[in-house]
Amino acid sequence: MADDSPAFHPDPEAILAYAAGTLDEASSVLVATHLALCPRCRCESARLEAVGGALTTGLEPTALSAGALEAALARLGDPEPDAPPAPAVVRYDQETCQAVPEPLRSYLGGDLSALPWRWRGFAVREMPLDIAGGGVRASLIRVRAGAALPAHTHTGVETTLVLSGAFQDGDSRFGRGDVATATHSIDHRPVATPEAECLCFAVIDGPLRLTGPVGRLLNRFVRM
Amino acid sequence: MRAMGRDDGAGRVDVEQTPVAGRRSLPHHRRMQSISPPGTTARSHDALIEAIAASGDRTAFAELFAHFAPRLKAYLLRLGADAATAEEVAQEVMLTVWRKAASFDRRQAGAGTWIFTIARNRRIDRLRRERRPEFDPSDPALVPAAPAEADQTVWTGQVEGRLRVAIDALPPEQSDLIRRAYFEDLSHREIAEQSGLPLGTVKSRIRLALQRLRERIDDLG
Repeated sequence: MADDSPAFHPDPEAILAYAAGTLDEASSVLVATHLALCPRCRCESARLEAVGGALTTGLEPTALSAGALEAALARLGDPEPDAPPAPAVVRYDQETCQAVPEPLRSYLGGDLSALPWRWRGFAVREMPLDIAGGGVRASLIRVRAGAALPAHTHTGVETTLVLSGAFQDGDSRFGRGDVATATHSIDHRPVATPEAECLCFAVIDGPLRLTGPVGRLLNRFVRM
Repeated sequence: MRAMGRDDGAGRVDVEQTPVAGRRSLPHHRRMQSISPPGTTARSHDALIEAIAASGDRTAFAELFAHFAPRLKAYLLRLGADAATAEEVAQEVMLTVWRKAASFDRRQAGAGTWIFTIARNRRIDRLRRERRPEFDPSDPALVPAAPAEADQTVWTGQVEGRLRVAIDALPPEQSDLIRRAYFEDLSHREIAEQSGLPLGTVKSRIRLALQRLRERIDDLG
């Protein structure tokens, strides 16, 4: 069991913001998908929800208008209100189901092998995902075994969740379920380990600037 | 049976009470006007939700509503909803409590925590117009907890009451940041900018506070 558990977790503040409900949707997808792979952080998230429960029930009550209870009682028999339109149900193939846990899987819209990946250089493919949230980019990234991820610096914070394979960043090895958080101050160059292709989910708040000759060329395409 | 001495899962520990006094005191709604028919025993919030699930108990719903709806309205107002919306969403949350009562499991979360998560998700849906992504406990890709970890903590209402006391016992600069983390729709960077504190200070204060609360919860497990 210990072998399955991730060694690198989201920042505590990110799990707090997720439990409090103040994290943007793309980052919430990343945290929740990490939770699917990390029993330790699931437990932490449950604790932080209990803190939310304690804070909310500890608030000074604000009276509702007269008749609010009666109005609620009168509505108890009502049929369930129309749920927000559910995303079309997609049945995913085994590769996709194994590699990509919920809730991220529901955001894909297709099997990993069938998505319209975009090449970023010779060894890197990117699949931008359409997730609501101002100023936040979310992408799946696949990197060929042994190849470097695109070198870049950030103007914001990049958070990367490994879904399959692994990458090496300095002395640290990030495998399935691990979360790497890089800030603008780090010009880092992670490399996929040689055994297998590395599939990641990356969330970047703030525009990305690629560095290096290919990067400078790519910047024109990456900018959205 | 009277709820004395032993934890009945009620979590009716009022903020101003010490944990010990809270455990010994009469449940909160016994001191308020009784909605239950005379002669019935006071029930914990957990038990009220379970009564709704078991038999569609409208009296139980009325009791829960009287306690939680005004607090939910306060929560939504704190997060920037106008009064009409706050009241409407508080009503919707309570209706969801009625409809989803069967999915309540007191071993996983106390009543207050469960209702908080419904309100949180409803707010994201209604006020932020975003989806609330959550993991699926039945997903085959989910990594299960080791058996020893699985029932490490039993989430009773007791935890919530004790947590309130623990939050109030934090140094003010820590409890203030914890409250802002839940009641203001801001990133920690935005909290730092607004309060004029360095981001590192905000983060370290929040981490210290969470560490204390974690110890407090684990003491209870």
